Amino acid sequence: MAKVPVQFTLNGAEKAEFVDSGTTLLHALRDKIGDTSPKGGCHQGTCGACSVIIDGELRLSCLTLAETCNGAEIRTTSGLAEAGVLHPLQRAFLDAFATQCGFCTPGMIMAAKVLLDHTPNPSREEVVEALSGNICRCTGYEPIIQAVLRAARANSQNAA
Amino acid sequence: MALTLQTFSTVKDANAALMAEGTRYLGGGTLAVRAANEGDVSVSSLVRVTETSLSAIAVSGGDARLGASVTMAAIARHPELAALAPAARAVGGPAIRNMATVGGNLFAPAPYGDFTVALLALDAIVATEDSEVPIQTFLAGRDTSRAIVTGVTFVLPRAESFRFLKVSRVKPKGVSVLSIATLLERTADGTVTSARIALGCMADRPMRARAAEKALLGCKLTAEEIALALAAAGEGTSPITDPVASAWYRNEVLPVHLGRLLLA
Ligand SMILES: Cc1cc2nc3c(=O)[nH]c(=O)nc-3n(C[C@H](O)[C@H](O)[C@H](O)COP(=O)(O)OP(=O)(O)OC[C@H]3O[C@@H](n4cnc5c(N)ncnc54)[C@H](O)[C@@H]3O)c2cc1C
Ligand code: FES
Ligand code: FES
Repeated sequence: MAKVPVQFTLNGAEKAEFVDSGTTLLHALRDKIGDTSPKGGCHQGTCGACSVIIDGELRLSCLTLAETCNGAEIRTTSGLAEAGVLHPLQRAFLDAFATQCGFCTPGMIMAAKVLLDHTPNPSREEVVEALSGNICRCTGYEPIIQAVLRAARANSQNAA
Repeated sequence: MALTLQTFSTVKDANAALMAEGTRYLGGGTLAVRAANEGDVSVSSLVRVTETSLSAIAVSGGDARLGASVTMAAIARHPELAALAPAARAVGGPAIRNMATVGGNLFAPAPYGDFTVALLALDAIVATEDSEVPIQTFLAGRDTSRAIVTGVTFVLPRAESFRFLKVSRVKPKGVSVLSIATLLERTADGTVTSARIALGCMADRPMRARAAEKALLGCKLTAEEIALALAAAGEGTSPITDPVASAWYRNEVLPVHLGRLLLA
């Protein structure tokens, strides 16, 4: 099958790969580039485990063809920690016991990150809405909602 | 996955490529790529267009034009499209709304197509490169139409005359049990002078509730006066049965939800 070039930045670093035409971004990230933080849960758009941020917007990498991302700026959960220090959202997920098996966590964190980027002090309803495309089979959601609210509080305290 | 993607800079070239067997247009991909992931091998090639006019929203003099590639998220946040925001926000979760396009929604089979229900109540015009047809005509012929939809145009509704409701079991997102959009013109004393009612999930694609529309004319929106319209709401429906609801259930609850929307 014809290979096509794809080129984008991933968490700030330039990436270039040849992939089969029609390859999903999820597949390209995990199996070609080696960023396994986006997870393949359903490949149908329903679970949100594959969520990534493309040019500032939350997207599902399982339904995005890699070729359509040429020139894009892609962010995943693996790029959040800086110099070994966890991002406030990651810290809050740990502290609030918002992660059990962890499969949904990178997608949840991506969804939460775009929310907090635009709405630093969200209401509980806004958090629920922002996470509504992400399924968790372990936690019952409440700890995840609390973690996002906790991260928002931590951010605003740091800013103060 | 034996799928190739062809990218064109003009709709004209892409339309020519779509004539080939096994090709299909790629909008946001939420249904098209999903089908490929699920093993649908009937499509071997997807075609996309980078023409920027497809992503444009234009509002002027009470008319609106949405390019086919405009996403639900773009509609939901557009200040002049506030009347349509509830219908755009009814589609999927945040990531789906960032991807799901107007064009794709026009082709989405029930239980999907919530935004198209709104467009049907607005009696939108669906444009391709060389034709403009009323949305009802478009919907009736969509299974065999190959031409790329370039956009939709409609008269912007006044906020108070347009209503939209999506009923789902999983909150805040979840697929429709049914969806309803109404566009009602009323006199100063509240008498209905014109009515368009569009229904989602009450057939394999969005449909108009013609009998209920007729029965509403001359009525005021009170429980007594709308009773006949509610009784007629199910006329001509053949709802889908899916894991969310049976056809029987959808028919049973349609008058209840239409009543709530009209009396809201
Ligand atoms: C998890 C999930 C939840 C969803 N929830 C909802 C929901 O709540 N409500 C709802 O209405 N929908 C829902 N959908 C369905 C879908 O996301 C939307 O209907 C969306 O608007 C489809 O648009 P798209 O751009 O992604 O279409 P695509 O997948 O790109 O295309 C769908 C079909 O339309 C054709 N097509 C697309 N654009 C054009 C065009 N311009 N001209 C000609 N043909 C075209 C394609 O060839 C394809 O056959 C959901 C989907 C998923 C995966
Ligand atoms: S793997 Fe993409 S939404 Fe489930
Ligand atoms: S922690 Fe297991 S799916 Fe969410």
